[in-house]
Amino acid sequence: MAEYKRSTQIADAPSGYCPGCLHSLATRLISDVLDELGQGDNSLNVISVGCSALNILYWNNDFLSVAHGRAPAAATGIKRTNPERLVFAYQGDGDLAAIGLAEIMSAANRGENFTVIFANNQTYGMTGGQMAPTTLIGQKTTTTVYGRDPQTTGYPMKMCELISTLEAPVYVARFALNSPKGVREAKAGIKKAFQAQLDGKGFTFVELLTNCPTNWHMTPLQTLDYMNMNTIPYFKPGVYKDKTE
Amino acid sequence: MVQINPDLCKNCGYCVKFCPKKVLATGQNRNRRGQFYPVMTDEAGCITCAVCAMMCPEGAIEVTEGGANT
Repeated sequence: MAEYKRSTQIADAPSGYCPGCLHSLATRLISDVLDELGQGDNSLNVISVGCSALNILYWNNDFLSVAHGRAPAAATGIKRTNPERLVFAYQGDGDLAAIGLAEIMSAANRGENFTVIFANNQTYGMTGGQMAPTTLIGQKTTTTVYGRDPQTTGYPMKMCELISTLEAPVYVARFALNSPKGVREAKAGIKKAFQAQLDGKGFTFVELLTNCPTNWHMTPLQTLDYMNMNTIPYFKPGVYKDKTE
Repeated sequence: MVQINPDLCKNCGYCVKFCPKKVLATGQNRNRRGQFYPVMTDEAGCITCAVCAMMCPEGAIEVTEGGANT
């Protein structure tokens, strides 16, 4: 027996996301965790540029919409001046792994006491499906029409592995949202990250593997199978670092 | 008991796919956005596990205790 009640942290209306987009599932999970922790009114969502910015119309609590890739820099300032608030940045892969690479690595290296939720769908969703740093080898996008070729565009970036090599972060984990098991684990992971922040432990990073039915040119159900076959074998879910105990 | 809010539904089909008892199905009616939405086909067979609610990206499904199975 289980109960589920829709959170009041999100607007009582459909989200701005495409049908089947796991961004909206990620947003819903964050709102559920805030409800469970009783931190809804105390939270501050730093919204980045990209599809993640659609949260502007969907998020009922305080948020700050910042320049492309600069969410960790803005969150640093907010957290340092308002240490009692629960601050988290919600970023996509184009925002975090491309233009915002310096900000995320620097914030993680400084061990700033906030949480970054990283939605990785291996493409630039909002601008029309161009190649992102996390696009898989051979994956077709509008800028890699024959599939991504590592000879010219390099290899997909594994941000969890990268950040877990740093000394300062206390919790680094990756979860896939394409199955009930993954969603359950992701929710527990987000909760752990937020709790670590509330306890003043330090920088926490949660990567969520999501999809993009529109730019992958698939139905929502096909994207879930694609993730099982291609995304998850490369971006392996798991807890990469846990110093919260 | 499973309560579906048709106007939030975008017909992604996740709830129907992941329902362990297969008691949800895509219905014949459209909501005001023109999307088909899921309907409960077997109220007595529902075990209120809330997997449908957990997988719904829009939060269109709410699950409460009670109903035919309690």
